[in-house]
Amino acid sequence: MSSPTATAEGVDAAPGRSLGTIAVRLLLPALTFVVLVGLWWLATIVFGWPSYIVPTPLEVWQEMSDQRSILASSFRTTLWEALVGFGLAIAIAIPCAVAIAYSRLLELTVYPALVGLNAIPKIAIAPLLVIWMGFGAGPKVVMVVLICFFPIVISTATGLKSTPAEIAELSRSLSTSTLQDFLRFRFPWALPYVFVGLKVAIALAVIGAVVGEFVGATKGLGYVIVASGQNANTTLAFAAIVLLSLMSILLYYAVALLERVVVPWAEET
Amino acid sequence: MTAIDLKGISHMFEARGTTLRALEDIDLEIRENEFVTLVGRSGCGKSTLLRLMAGLLRPTRGAVEVGGRPVTRPRPDVSLMFQRSALLPWRTVIENVMLPVDILRLDRRAHRARAEQLLALTGLEGFEDRRPNELSGGMQQRVALCRALVHDPSVLLMDEPFAALDALTREELSLELQRIWGEERKTIVFVTHSIQEATLLADRIVVMSPRPGRVARILTVGADRPRSLGLTAHSDELDRVGAELHELLFAREPERSARG
Repeated sequence: MSSPTATAEGVDAAPGRSLGTIAVRLLLPALTFVVLVGLWWLATIVFGWPSYIVPTPLEVWQEMSDQRSILASSFRTTLWEALVGFGLAIAIAIPCAVAIAYSRLLELTVYPALVGLNAIPKIAIAPLLVIWMGFGAGPKVVMVVLICFFPIVISTATGLKSTPAEIAELSRSLSTSTLQDFLRFRFPWALPYVFVGLKVAIALAVIGAVVGEFVGATKGLGYVIVASGQNANTTLAFAAIVLLSLMSILLYYAVALLERVVVPWAEET
Repeated sequence: MTAIDLKGISHMFEARGTTLRALEDIDLEIRENEFVTLVGRSGCGKSTLLRLMAGLLRPTRGAVEVGGRPVTRPRPDVSLMFQRSALLPWRTVIENVMLPVDILRLDRRAHRARAEQLLALTGLEGFEDRRPNELSGGMQQRVALCRALVHDPSVLLMDEPFAALDALTREELSLELQRIWGEERKTIVFVTHSIQEATLLADRIVVMSPRPGRVARILTVGADRPRSLGLTAHSDELDRVGAELHELLFAREPERSARG
């Protein structure tokens, strides 16, 4: 730099700092991951566990590449169930939340019913779903919907009811129609709340799909885990579990990324 | 010309089976392009009175007229500004200013130019594409002021618009508001708790007394404009009115001071 000035330095410093932040924000979680895998490996050596009890990370990695095709198709199956269920949950939950937020009557009638419904352990319903719907994707998708629905309804309804008084007055002072008020003020205001619910729900979606597969399935990562349990193929089960975690993490960050794009004004959580 | 005419206004709120008399027998005429401040202690109904003028509330008794026509609902010729900016965080500064234009379906192109002109007038040139959370509190209130003025209302109602700001910003904005009022002649009704603000800004100060809210006194401020707290030229008149206001607000019912 031939002409280093205070201004130029100031300008340079900002992107440098943010780049550092991004690097740190990627590096630190990666470091945590490496340390955890290292501890796992160390434990298998120190305690001398045989691989049918706890396989080493390397064995799991090998199993993954050996069973590539079956794991990949299982991954796709479970991912599809989780995504379809998640999408359906959004499609049902948001209109419900709007109804609850706009109608005192529905809030008093439907809302307690939802709370009661949510109190039922969803896992307990899983076997019934198999009886009603068979072994296909249906009961898994329904399980995902049941699990994802509630956090989305609650957060969306909360968001819709949290419009600040002055914004509501501003809207009224401009004589907005109910639809204008909803589209221009209340719904955008609620969006950051909606995303809180979506982030909780997406983490539950994978769990829902796996629970559905545990009870009765012919494919999917949950099915792989159950089947490998029956064959004492612990390594394959571990491989499936690793893939499930990966799926959860990817889905969560996909929603978080979507949040950044859709509601850039929301505080980062 | 009378801009705002309040005729025998009484207003009551029903709360838990009891009736709260918020306002009683208010008669007030506000002239066109007049700057009126409403001053009074908490609970004297000044914000309620403002909402009656805005058409957000209907009086229990009496009638409100703006521009010779009765107010039965919010109207585009009456604009509101609040203590909090009420800016929409997902809209940029210019989009926030344009909000009334979008909702009232006015000509976008003509008003876009006006919005930019207003932003320049309030010293926000170059901030058009920022988002509200990037601005300081004072700048946010400037944007809210531009939004309130963009569709050229004849009446501007301000509910303690500077109360949440620090003292310096507050004074700065008071001076700026005077300047803008000089260029954009509007009828302004300005609710405040601050004696200084009330005297600095007003042509007339309406002093209200609480429970039920009534007009206790109306003071006229004769000092020339533009007024400033820094210039000694007007300070005698402002001091005199300020002292009188102080007397009115504190001398009455001293037992209430503990409640604030």
